[in-house]
Amino acid sequence: MPRRDVMHGSRAVAEAVRLCDVKVVAAYPITPQTHIVEDIAEMLANGEFDAEYIMVESEHSAMSACIGASATGARTFTATASQGLALMHEVLWIASGMRLPIVMVNANRALSAPINIWNDQSDSIAERDSGWVQIYVETAQEALDSVIQAYRIAEHEDVLLPVMVCMDGFVLTHTVEPVEVPDKEQVAEYLPELRLPHVLDPEKPVTMGALGDPNYYMECRKQQEIAMEHALRHAEQADEEFRGIFGRGYGLFEEYNMQDAEVVLVTMGSVAGTVKETIDMLGADVGLLRLRLFRPFPKEAVRRALSEAKVVNVIEKDVSVGFGEGALMTELKSVLYGSDVRVLGTVAGLGGRDITTEHVRQAIERAERALRGEKVEEVAWAGLKEEAL
Amino acid sequence: MKVNIAACITEPGSSERNKTGGWRVFKPVVNNERCIDCGSCWIFCPEACISRKEGGEYQVDLDYCKGCGICANECPTEAIEMVLEEK
Ligand code: SF4
Ligand code: SF4
Repeated sequence: MPRRDVMHGSRAVAEAVRLCDVKVVAAYPITPQTHIVEDIAEMLANGEFDAEYIMVESEHSAMSACIGASATGARTFTATASQGLALMHEVLWIASGMRLPIVMVNANRALSAPINIWNDQSDSIAERDSGWVQIYVETAQEALDSVIQAYRIAEHEDVLLPVMVCMDGFVLTHTVEPVEVPDKEQVAEYLPELRLPHVLDPEKPVTMGALGDPNYYMECRKQQEIAMEHALRHAEQADEEFRGIFGRGYGLFEEYNMQDAEVVLVTMGSVAGTVKETIDMLGADVGLLRLRLFRPFPKEAVRRALSEAKVVNVIEKDVSVGFGEGALMTELKSVLYGSDVRVLGTVAGLGGRDITTEHVRQAIERAERALRGEKVEEVAWAGLKEEAL
Repeated sequence: MKVNIAACITEPGSSERNKTGGWRVFKPVVNNERCIDCGSCWIFCPEACISRKEGGEYQVDLDYCKGCGICANECPTEAIEMVLEEK
């Protein structure tokens, strides 16, 4: 029987790891992710499930250990954040290049310097080209469900790519929410046993991750791109089947109040809650598109969803320094290239700065002014202390 | 040839297909008159592409010799000369 409970987002992730019967966890603690791997360690110590838990000396080693474990055909998990993800950078590419279905939760946190342990999404967005599927979640429940879905997507024979589930640090990891913990048998039914085309096995030796000279390297990259196309399809299917079994689904993105909306806000992660709240509060004729799957980017579907929109304002917790805007805004402009939709951007919440309903209201107002043909700022920084610059 | 997923190598000895001879600038030329059959070149060659024929004659497989010159450096009688290769 599914169990209804209240718990931290971190605990919800640990529950998902238990339910998925993960065989190897290699982890290094880092705020705000630490609760996840602590909770997993506690569950293992209590005998709630059985897995190899490898304590490593860095995140670089954590991902390396996951790669070795996954290559033997074991279901593998790790979690990290910010500097930890940055330290993993080179190994992330090896995991995806070796096509290993590792699942990792990234508790989104700002990057140093200055040192900042609070939430933004610069860390995972900086890894957008690393060949990992990326899912951004809004709630603790969605974090739990997405970890289960992540294994389903990652392990599909046409996909075989690692998946990063991105949840806002503190906002989700450290907040207690009501969560329904699915039944283990049902998860087992949803998630077939992992079967890899090649595994490390002394009985049948193979070489993995060897040299790919100029004769072969490009084909390997293209194979990854093709796998991403499959991932797009399978992510949708995995979500639909999840809904069928567990009664909850999220889609590749969520549409809120989109009916006839000429102004649409686009965002990722937990701030969508604040955006919905603001739209309801103002009774505004404004839609929200909360992107859940950032890699592979559901270009076609997003283009269709925004076909009736006139002005889009992207609220995002990252900025490409030197390009003057966030990565999601840039990508959305690329997706909407050739259409008449005007794309504005709002850089918000960097380093844990609160994003308030007032900031969202301002973003709506700016978009509405643009809709009326007024001249507006292309990119605004919400809640920026101009006097401190 | 189809590349396996993640370029996984499932058959042994496939590195033979990578003919490293293409990297070479200088090629070793063995003067078997000067050779004392000590076997040093054969031992030191990192590509294992030097072979010894019956009677002590040493031969280089130029498909794999990458021209590193280690054999010439190790030969105690300077029986191996590195010669600029012109193609
Ligand atoms: S040059 Fe180098 S690779 Fe060629 S035969 Fe001599 S030792 Fe071997
Ligand atoms: S190292 Fe020189 S002397 Fe010794 S076997 Fe080779 S060619 Fe002959």
